[in-house]
Amino acid sequence: MSSSKVNPQPRTPLPSTVVKDDEGSLVAAAKGGDITAFETLVGRYERKIFRLAQNITQNKEDAEDVMQEAFLKSYQHLDEFQGNSRFYTWLVRIAVNQALMKLRKRRPNQISLDEDVDTGEDTIPREVEDWGPSPEDRYEQSELGDILNTTIAELEPPFRIVFQLRDIEELSTEETAEALGLSIPAVKSRLLRARLKLRQKLNKYFKRSENS
Amino acid sequence: MNCKNIIKELSNYLEDALDQPLKSSIEHHLEGCEDCRIVVDTTKHTVQIFCNSEPAPLPEETRARLRDALFKHLSHIRSQPKA
Repeated sequence: MSSSKVNPQPRTPLPSTVVKDDEGSLVAAAKGGDITAFETLVGRYERKIFRLAQNITQNKEDAEDVMQEAFLKSYQHLDEFQGNSRFYTWLVRIAVNQALMKLRKRRPNQISLDEDVDTGEDTIPREVEDWGPSPEDRYEQSELGDILNTTIAELEPPFRIVFQLRDIEELSTEETAEALGLSIPAVKSRLLRARLKLRQKLNKYFKRSENS
Repeated sequence: MNCKNIIKELSNYLEDALDQPLKSSIEHHLEGCEDCRIVVDTTKHTVQIFCNSEPAPLPEETRARLRDALFKHLSHIRSQPKA
């Protein structure tokens, strides 16, 4: 089938849930020496950066180290931030680098993001069951959080990390490819497979037949 | 358009990154194929649930250690004479 695409949209149909309008002015103030502005940025993003680090490293101590190092490095190198991308995207890339270093140190022979991975054979969905309109509403917030953490932790790192950057941190395909040193087709194929695998894993919690 | 092609174009369809003829062809298939419609809907839902999920609050001791590390670092930088 010929693939006829228009210019790809940078995101899923959802609007950004991450970046607020005053980010630029806070960064400018922090660059000018306003530490309170930097602390505001830290307070805004600490939970997201910690979750990102935890999802990549799958280890709380490593995640805490990664978060600290990411914020310290971002402050140290704030003068180098040119504003060509969002500050949050830049911060995520620093955190991803730190997290990947931790991961490789911990499991040096297991983690290779750039190796060829099979993205073709098991992408055909096996279980096809409807979920109904808002299946997540059947769970308490903390219970839903546990379900999401458990399911994403079950993905192999090459898929988990691409999904994390594209669909949770809202980086574009190009930004994700650059952050991970992958080609754009590799990001796309891993993202598709990650989405389908997660759909499959969530099926047991959300399918209509057993829960409604 | 067949079911395999729906899967192949699924991400582009969800991201609204297809031209109109291909998008229409997919939607025509979805009207007649319940399995594909469910896969598209549940995959879209999967992305939305993760995208909209709020991270848990930081444990208080984790936040305290972060603040402490930042404070030490920023104090150190402020104590350095400007080049």
